[in-house]
Amino acid sequence: MYFRPNSLRDALNILADTRATILAGGTDVFPSLGDRPLSGPVLDISGLSEIRGIQSTAENVVFGARTTWSEVLRAPLPRGFDGLKAAAREVGSVQIQNAATIAGNLCNASPAADGVAALLALDAELVLSSRSASRTIRLSEFILGNRKTARRPDELLTSIRIPRRVEDAISVFLKLGARRYLVISIVMVAANLVVDSAGKIREALISVGSCSPAALRLAELERALAGQTARPGLRRVVNPHHLARLSPIDDVRATAEYRRDAARTLVERALEACAQKGFAA
Amino acid sequence: MNGDTKTEPSVQVSFNLNGEIRAVRSDPRSRLSQVLREEFHLVGTKVGCDAGDCGACTVLVNGQPVCSCLTAVGQLGGAKIETIEGLRKTSPTFDRLQKSFLRHGAAQCGICTPGMLISSVSLLEENPSPGETQVLDALGGVLCRCTGYRKIVRAVLEANHPSPEPAADFATGPVGQRVARLDGQRKVLGQDIFGADEWPEDSLQLRAVRSPHHRAEFTFGDLEAYRQAHPGVDGIFTARDVPGKNCFGVIAQFSDQPVFAEREARFLGEAVAAVVGDPAVLAALDLGQFPVTWKPLAAFTQPEEALKPGASAVHRSRPGNILVGGRVVRGDVDDALRTADVSVEAEYETGFIEHAYIEPEAGFARRVGDRIEVQACTQAPYNDLKGIAAILGIPESSVRIIPTAVGGGFGSKLDLSLQPFLAVAAWHLRKPVRMVYSRPESIRSTTKRHPSKIFCRAGATADGKLVAMDFIADFNTGAYASWGPTVAARVPIHASGPYKMPHFRAVTRAIHTYMLPAGAFRGFGVPQGTIAQEQLYDSLAQKIGMDKLEFRCLNALDDRSPTVTGQIIGGGVGIRACFLALRPRWQEAHQEAAAFNAAGPNSLRRGVGVAGMWYGCGNTSLPNPSTMRIGLKRDGRIALHQGAVDIGQGSATVVTQICAEALGAPLETFDLLSGDTDITPDCGKTSASRQTFVSGKAAFLAGEKLKKNILQLAGGCDCAKIQFLDGSLIVEDAGKKKSLDLRHLPLDERGYVVSAEATFDPATSPLNGDGQGVPYAVYGFGAHLAELEVDTELGTIKVLKITAAHDVGRAINPTLVEGQIEGGAAQGLGMALMEEFFPGKGENLHDYLIPTIGDMPPVESILIEDPSPAGPFGAKGVGEQALIPTAPAILNALYDAVGVRIRKLPATPDKVRAAILAKAAGGSGNSDA
Repeated sequence: MYFRPNSLRDALNILADTRATILAGGTDVFPSLGDRPLSGPVLDISGLSEIRGIQSTAENVVFGARTTWSEVLRAPLPRGFDGLKAAAREVGSVQIQNAATIAGNLCNASPAADGVAALLALDAELVLSSRSASRTIRLSEFILGNRKTARRPDELLTSIRIPRRVEDAISVFLKLGARRYLVISIVMVAANLVVDSAGKIREALISVGSCSPAALRLAELERALAGQTARPGLRRVVNPHHLARLSPIDDVRATAEYRRDAARTLVERALEACAQKGFAA
Repeated sequence: MNGDTKTEPSVQVSFNLNGEIRAVRSDPRSRLSQVLREEFHLVGTKVGCDAGDCGACTVLVNGQPVCSCLTAVGQLGGAKIETIEGLRKTSPTFDRLQKSFLRHGAAQCGICTPGMLISSVSLLEENPSPGETQVLDALGGVLCRCTGYRKIVRAVLEANHPSPEPAADFATGPVGQRVARLDGQRKVLGQDIFGADEWPEDSLQLRAVRSPHHRAEFTFGDLEAYRQAHPGVDGIFTARDVPGKNCFGVIAQFSDQPVFAEREARFLGEAVAAVVGDPAVLAALDLGQFPVTWKPLAAFTQPEEALKPGASAVHRSRPGNILVGGRVVRGDVDDALRTADVSVEAEYETGFIEHAYIEPEAGFARRVGDRIEVQACTQAPYNDLKGIAAILGIPESSVRIIPTAVGGGFGSKLDLSLQPFLAVAAWHLRKPVRMVYSRPESIRSTTKRHPSKIFCRAGATADGKLVAMDFIADFNTGAYASWGPTVAARVPIHASGPYKMPHFRAVTRAIHTYMLPAGAFRGFGVPQGTIAQEQLYDSLAQKIGMDKLEFRCLNALDDRSPTVTGQIIGGGVGIRACFLALRPRWQEAHQEAAAFNAAGPNSLRRGVGVAGMWYGCGNTSLPNPSTMRIGLKRDGRIALHQGAVDIGQGSATVVTQICAEALGAPLETFDLLSGDTDITPDCGKTSASRQTFVSGKAAFLAGEKLKKNILQLAGGCDCAKIQFLDGSLIVEDAGKKKSLDLRHLPLDERGYVVSAEATFDPATSPLNGDGQGVPYAVYGFGAHLAELEVDTELGTIKVLKITAAHDVGRAINPTLVEGQIEGGAAQGLGMALMEEFFPGKGENLHDYLIPTIGDMPPVESILIEDPSPAGPFGAKGVGEQALIPTAPAILNALYDAVGVRIRKLPATPDKVRAAILAKAAGGSGNSDA
């Protein structure tokens, strides 16, 4: 069974009735199959134009769930999205960026998802819709663990909202992998600093990916940064207990010990890069 | 379901495919790649991984490149899809690109070429004059394992802005010319036929049932009941269905690998059964339900465990689990090391390395009367022929092997893989049977580079002369012999490196474990040995306080000095010339690195390293013949039966250039016949860097012989010149021209007006108990200089440049030689920095990493031509040579940059960072101190 509805309403009805596999960009669905064919009911949402594209409302910048990473890259967005664009550029390859969607990256919930860390540091909120209701949920509460989300089987992630208070943040995203392209992150860091005209940090949003079952915001560090001035030397604010909640693992890509060490280096570099950018602006 | 919503499954998909509206019959959930290939027979779109990791399947959807393996056809209703078959007809940008790829040698095996070209079309349509960074970003999603990417980058940069073509030097013959590869046109047009690209319409599909355990006893349930319960399954085959010997191997006396395991599986991924039937049924079949019961047994995976007293024997005939040992001894090592002014010692370790060719194994077999025909990708058609004959229990004359284009081999496609399954099934079912390995299946079941543990000591005089080396290496050869004996024999001969070494002892062992078989991979163990030896010599030079390049120059082997096997090569020992060629860059690079380190941030450190190599071409002390057949046709064209399988390295082109030069005919008069065993004699295996040398020499001899035969027929003297025209010849002898009409001449027994056949077998001698003798007739030499930058806080390494000097004797085709060097360097870089395969995990190309286009620095090739007395026009092999010095040069540069040694490869960021931290903490950090 293959469903390709043209309206969201139809899609939600199908989902409610069939609990079909949701197919968007296909870049996670197909690799997960190995050499098996895709089987069972499939809900192809690639015909839903309602949930594509980027819009600004009074409070939010809203990304339709089907927005691809290439579309993110090409969109004129305020500087607070520089980190998200940098993350977009790191999603697989051009081929993947042309197909893969923001929502797919979030719903796949890989600990190494490039988009998750970037969107966490934008305080993203998600809209989940079902036939009967719609609800919003913070990204940090949506991803429950490695490949686990709070999405119910009858729900479709329809949009991602970024509060406009962060749209002018100084924004940096850093990814560390063992090769240049097509690489799963060993560690990634997203940093967004909302600063006032004097460069004082009103709000800091710092996240680390690939070092815990789901990417994490570093709340202690964010608190420590608030009130500081974004200028070179900002890295000195970081101390080890700010990263204590990370729980990296050993795998084929790196040791846990290395990840912890590299996470701290990347957090420091991200802050320093923010300070540089703030200085230049 | 709500009646008012459109929830009926929509299955009617049609799209614009290469300009035509086409309706799709396949299930809408099917991958576009599969539909393009199977339903529309557009096989120019290649499938390398089915996971978006390799980009070989790239097509344009609405003008944008996407992986067709990750796109369901159901998503494409109304879309515009362009594949290479369409672009080559309609796109001027494509046309410029394909010509540029051909001119620059940017396609070697050609399997990644469609994906590369299509990604490039998309780039150039958006930006006709991109810079290098844009090219890298655009092509970052397509993996290539052959070229090292640099020629691809250049081909794209120059596609819209071609530099003027250097005029061919018509004063000389084809040898030495940068001829575009003769099989290149069909590669850049996506028309070459690889293993998966052709199959009889009524083929059945075969899938293998494989062991999920390193070692397990197994029993089958009711196979016949299973077959009957699954309509569309035509046959199930196990060990008992193998008509001949359920055993094969690349070296006859060590043959030990079953087609299907019997009672016990000895490695994770070993086949125990094959299921054959209707392709659609097979594709959907869940082999997890196949009636087999596994009883996992205790399995050792490391040589140390295999050697423990009481360890079970992987093969009963080999108690102690030692497959074979190798030994070369000269002088008195222990005494010389005791009395050496300076000595160093260290242990080195490398893991399994995957060949990662972009073409997974594929092919089909069919029974024709009482003969079997197997068409598949292979590096060794005649080996396959002998193996299949024994497995089916039929005469060798009843087997025909038809090699397809090979989408990368690098040694692994020397061994049989899926051919035995196909042959057994087609033999019984009397229907054609096809199979294409999935990427995980290919990685899980085919041979790998041998993991190594090496302990070595070396000593020198205070003024830097090498005096002694002691080298002990154990190789994990896995469950079956494959090329383990070759590795064990070849490594000790090469373990000294290309240096004068008066006292030497190298002892190696290939040890069985319950792992997948380790086999041949570009260099047969020599790269592992060289990683140890070249790092150790660096440490030795460091300890003496001598410049590391000058240390190597001082000790470099020469024509008159004996090798460690006592061989005096006599001519063509160009290693010192290679080192000397690197000297200018060596000095500059050190100055540049020092300036950078003085000025740059503390977290970035640059370094420079060098390593040398040598490599004996062809089999070690064993017969190694190639036979070349050549004939003059009535239309005046030359047919060359060229059985040296071209796996992308360019042997078909090089061999023809040699033959044409010997015959005195232009390349354009040649028609190449493939390595089909029914029409072409045995040119041996494409391995051991032997095709240019051995098959090239056979081609040279055949060309000369044909010339002689033609002149005999035409009545000219030996010095006469022949002009090949349409249906006739003109023989020019001392100013007199004589014409010979060929069109009505009788044909000889081979079907030609005149023909010739020549065999060449290089002169070697057996080695004695101390490994003394003449193992090879010809050696290639080379040295690489690596420059890199280390991020000391993250442990990441960026290689900035590789300068590669290789003594190739004579560069028959400099473009192809450079292609070998750049591709070898890329594999060496991968080996140094990122590649290690862990059986049972990461059997894909996103966990197993090979370099992408963004990881390869510029490679400057310096070709040294110190002719070999034995090779054709002095030529030596270069295929394996190119990979060998890269990894140790990089590791030596790492030491130069940050003072740490990584002796357990690969030098991943976590290992490098840990070593830097250990050094900073006052530990050794694996430093030389």
